[in-house]
This record gives sequence, structure tokens and C-alpha cells, in this order.
Amino acid sequence: MRFFLEVLISGLLSGVMYALVALGFVLIYKASGVFNFAQGAMVYLAALSVVGCMEKGAPLWLAIPLAFVVMTLFGIATEKFVLRKLVNQPPIALFMATIGLAFFIEGLAPMVFGSDPRALDLGIVDEPIEAILNNWGMVISKFDLVAAAIAALLVTTLALFFQYTRIGRALRAVADDHQAALSIGIPLQHIWAIVWGVAGFVALVAGMLWGARNGVQFALTFTALKALPVLIIGGFTSVPGAIVGGLIIGASEKLAEIYLPPLMQSAFGGNFGGIEGWFPYVLALCFLLIRPEGLFGEKHIDRV
Amino acid sequence: MSRAIGEVILDLQNISLRFGGVKALTDISFDVREHEIRAIIGPNGAGKSSMLNVINGVYHPQEGAIIFHGQERKKMEPHRAATQGIARTFQNIALFKGMTVLDNIMTGRITRMKASFIEHALWLGRAKREELEHRKKVEEVIDFLEIQHIRRTPVSRLPYGLQKRVELGRALAAEPSMLLLDEPMAGMNVEEKQDMCRFILDVNDQLGATIVLIEHDMGVVMDISDRVVVLDYGKKIGDGVPDEVKNSPEVIKAYLGAGH
Repeated sequence: MRFFLEVLISGLLSGVMYALVALGFVLIYKASGVFNFAQGAMVYLAALSVVGCMEKGAPLWLAIPLAFVVMTLFGIATEKFVLRKLVNQPPIALFMATIGLAFFIEGLAPMVFGSDPRALDLGIVDEPIEAILNNWGMVISKFDLVAAAIAALLVTTLALFFQYTRIGRALRAVADDHQAALSIGIPLQHIWAIVWGVAGFVALVAGMLWGARNGVQFALTFTALKALPVLIIGGFTSVPGAIVGGLIIGASEKLAEIYLPPLMQSAFGGNFGGIEGWFPYVLALCFLLIRPEGLFGEKHIDRV
Repeated sequence: MSRAIGEVILDLQNISLRFGGVKALTDISFDVREHEIRAIIGPNGAGKSSMLNVINGVYHPQEGAIIFHGQERKKMEPHRAATQGIARTFQNIALFKGMTVLDNIMTGRITRMKASFIEHALWLGRAKREELEHRKKVEEVIDFLEIQHIRRTPVSRLPYGLQKRVELGRALAAEPSMLLLDEPMAGMNVEEKQDMCRFILDVNDQLGATIVLIEHDMGVVMDISDRVVVLDYGKKIGDGVPDEVKNSPEVIKAYLGAGH
């Protein structure tokens, strides 16, 4: 039982890290109805700019705001040079533009900040919390806990922001209908710039946490792939959905990794490992069959 | 009627609009007076919606001048129309489907909200006062359109006629001086049409808004409009009070074909 709990908790905590990446997708999807293919690349860019600034001699407390400036400028530039030209175009055009954007970042960022993998030290150690280890005999990483707390804070703030502020309402309006949003006087351009700025900030938080854990390297762009099943389960349009989806994926993949192999071995024989790698996608596939809009997504009924 | 038709507030002079090689509007001139109900009619593809989009700043005509409240309008961004007091509805309802009726109508007041984002986020005094004040205005609109009972319903669940009414509500919430209605009665049954007519007349009469509307139902148009512009193939073929237009040979020809 204790072991089960330990696996569950560490799974949930790592799920929060997935949720963090998924959140960036949700933000942009909500405001422009576009799946932002470049989200993974943005996570990479954000982490690289933190490390890059630190290499140039900036301390961590300065490197983070500097990276935020980079991400904000990037957001504004994206709106100005990519999205503005595509107002009222079908979503597929915007989607294709984000694919281009992803390649652009993946090429440019290493040119500016260097491409070799580097460590990022946030000053939070990745070791078991002693109190829990002594009292309960469970290994829970301090880093995971801090990361989860940061993510929780970020998510709560964003959820409130969307629900209760004027800009939040404008964001939802823009997401629903560009034409109508313009007609009531919502400046599409500002809203998009804000959204990409916020998505950049989320990418920065995700990039730092993932970068501190796995090192800042090109593989950070693949975190986006882990966010996909999270989005499918939680729904593309829901901030809370991204969190719940992340928790489900995190917990289920860790539990599956531990408890499935013996079952499968007795059923089919042979060795099973690396279930963690594919389990989330199978789970997402099942969700697509049963509930394609995700747990919290908006269900669209199209009239024929 | 208590209202009095005033000065010309919108003057369109020799408007031509092309999309590539396609001429949507050719050399069209007409004006709109304060407090009047001005209808634009014409067969399908005559350029009525394009005309509305020109007024609204969504399309920019290649030739011609738009004079609004005595000032020639330069090329403007589409979202500016709202701040100038122009509100509109769409031919194919363009509501925010994920939101409730209340939230949809509330968005109509977005340009009037002043409190900053920080104030809103922290729900500080001004933001709160402002939200309540706007909410009150929105409730007035809801009462006016008799949609109290569906206040909390997501708009996607409403029948077509009610959705059109909510869309009108969103436009009204902005307290516009000019209201552009693109086929407000399309797809409605007789009863719904009568309701909508009543609302349009009330908006015009009680709220004093100038109305430019596109409508296909001739009976309705002739009943409620003060003056009518007739377009056909992007050209103006008639302009005047309903009786005048109804008896114009050119208009009859466009609607019924040359044989009649």
C-alpha cells in the first residue's frame, strides 16, 4: 500500500509538469482556435534564454526576467509578423504558420544561445524530503513538490484571469468568433499579443522546471508530445482540464509502468518494459473513442 | 412617433469596392439621417452585406469617401467602429457560443469598461463598481428584449429566433448611436418576425438609435423603413421612401425579371 501511494504521488507530481506544458497549448487554443505546434519549441527557447543569459554572466534572478522579456518580445513579434496577416483565415492556415514558427525557433534559438546541452540549477535539490521519508517511509522528491506548487499557483491565477477579468472575457470572445469580436470593439491584435505573451510566460516556467530536471537541450521540444494526451483527456479549451488531464496521465503512466508488466507477462509471456512511453497515448486513444471533446472540453454540436 | 429625423450623419459618396477582379460595389452613393430606419434591399449577391461591411470598417473601398458625423473617415481598423458608436449583427449569427446569454450581452460593453487588468484581477473597488454598473445596463437590455428567462442559458442551446434576439442584445448593450442589422429576420417565423419588428421600432423610437438594415422580407421593409436603397449587381438602382421604390420600374425589373 505504501509503495502504491509512493508511485501514485510521484506520478501525480510529474503529471503537474505535463500539465504545465499543456497549459501553453490551451491558452493559445482558447484565444485563437489554433493548435500551436510551436509550443514545444517555445519551451526550448525559454529554457535556452535563461541558460544563455546566465552564461553571459547574469545571475538567476536577473536571467529569469530577461528570459521573460525575450518571450514577450517573441509573442509580440509572432502577432505582428505571423498572425496579423492571417486574421479571418481558416484555422488550418494558422496551424501551418505555427509549424513554420516551430522550425524557425528551433533553428534560431541554438544560433543565439548555443546548442550544446547544459544544466540549469534553480537551487532546488532533487532529493527525497526527509520528514516524509522518516515518518512514512516514502520517497517524495522535494523538487517535484516545489514544481507542483509553482504549477498549481500558475494555473489558479490563469483560471481566475480567464473567468473574471475583462481581458479574460475578451479572450473567450476572440476564441469564439473573430468577426463578432471585432464588431464589438475588441482589438484582436492586442488580445493575440497578450495571449502569446502569457503562453510565452507559461513556456518559461515549464522550460525552467523541465530544463532543471532533464537539462536544457533540444529534447525539450519533445515535451510538447507528452502534452498531447493530456490535452486530449482534459480538453483543448479548458485550463482546469489541462491540470486534471496532466494528473491522470502522470499517475496512470507511473502505475501502469509498475503494475502492468507482471499482468501482461502472465497473460502473454515474454518481457514488458517501457510502458510509460506508450501508455499515455493508448489512454488518449481510448478517450478519443469515448469522449472526443475531453473531460472539460466544449462540446460542439454542428447542425447539418 | 416621438422621434424626429435629423441631419445626415453618414454620407457615402461614390463607393466602389473590388475583390481582385470582382466588382462588389460600383459607384454607390447614399446617406443616412439621424434617427431614421434606412433599409438596403436587393436580390442575392447585390452587394448588401458588402455595403454594411464598408460602413463597419471591415472592408475598405478602393474609391469613394465615407463621411461620418461630418468627418471623412480614413482607413480604420475594424474594431474602431464600436468605439465610434456603431454596433452590428450578422447575417449568420455570430454569437460567442461557449458563453451564456448574460456573458454574451456583457461583451457588448467591453469598450466601455475602463478599469485596468490589475484592478480586475484583484477585484478592487473600481473594477467591482464598474462590473455592477455594466451589469445593470445589461439587465436593462435583457428586460427590453424580454429574454429574462434565458439569462443563464448557453447561447448554443437556444433556438434560432432567440439567438438572433441575443445578438441584437449584444449590439444594444454598447448603447450604439448607429445599429447595422444584417437580415435580422432571416429564417424566422411570422410571430418571431413580428417580435423582431417591434424591437427594431422600439430601439429606434425609445433609444433613438439610427438603424441601417438589410432585409429580404419586402412587407417588413416597406412597413418599418423610412427610406430604402435598392442595390442590384453592386449598383444602386433605387433610393427613396418605400412607396417611391416600390413603384420604380427598375426595381420591379430587378426583382421580377424583364418580362413583367
